[in-house]
Amino acid sequence: MTFLVDLPVWAAIPVCLLLLSGSALTLAGAIGLVRFQSFYERLHAPTLCTSGGVLLIALSSMIAFGVLQNRWIVHEVLIVVFMIVTTPVTLMLLGQSALYRDRAEKSAEVPRKTETAKADPGIDISGNDI
Amino acid sequence: MRYWFPYPVLSLLLLGFWLLVNQSVSPGQILLGTILSVSLSWAMVNLEPSKPRLRRPGAAFRLAGSVIKDIAQSNLAVLGAVLSRRKPPVQSAFVMVELQLQDDNAIALLACILTTTPGTAWLEYDRQTRMLLIHVLDTADGKDWQSIVTHRYERLLKEIFE
Repeated sequence: MTFLVDLPVWAAIPVCLLLLSGSALTLAGAIGLVRFQSFYERLHAPTLCTSGGVLLIALSSMIAFGVLQNRWIVHEVLIVVFMIVTTPVTLMLLGQSALYRDRAEKSAEVPRKTETAKADPGIDISGNDI
Repeated sequence: MRYWFPYPVLSLLLLGFWLLVNQSVSPGQILLGTILSVSLSWAMVNLEPSKPRLRRPGAAFRLAGSVIKDIAQSNLAVLGAVLSRRKPPVQSAFVMVELQLQDDNAIALLACILTTTPGTAWLEYDRQTRMLLIHVLDTADGKDWQSIVTHRYERLLKEIFE
């Protein structure tokens, strides 16, 4: 980390603030994972890390290495974009499997499938309930 | 022309991605990136994705602005919920939302937006009934999620894609 000594003070302050607040958000996401009660509530906690945390840490990295190497650095944007594009895939997979399990166990907390499809006899709804 | 370059925009985006990752614009990298991006877009032909037509690119900027604002606000809201001393910390609930969007790409983008915003999780979308099931972390503030999704996101997504 010795190369960071070259970082001027005016750049070091925002870099530190962004990095610390990004890490704090990520930590808060981890704490939320412990504090929240149900599986569905716990789905929300890591999104603090994948949205705010990643955004702030990537921004501080862009400023730090942009100033150190004296050029524009934009490839951190790719990290943010790929995080945003790929998170829904995992989250939906986890959420749907939890829904499937809870409906199979006839848990009262999760909503059933909507009934409107059953009015139309042309649509096959067997197995639609889970 | 269409035969050789089936997805020109995708090829250009892939080339830009390749150059960004390699952090160079040397002729060799441009050549390699072009070969890769064109051959990868041929691979896409077999997947037959629906081609999105961007009708109003200006609306995309407004959408991006409102999404960034919402992400910042909901980050703070969820942070407050995590650190609150109440027990249990939040009152979460399942919310049904009716979607009017038709375009698959627009629905996929809506999924990215709702998932990335802390406090809402996309759980299930039923194509037949057009009902979307989302899980909302904190319902104590009494927000009307149907109107938020319809007026804030769907209206702009419709302008962009449909």
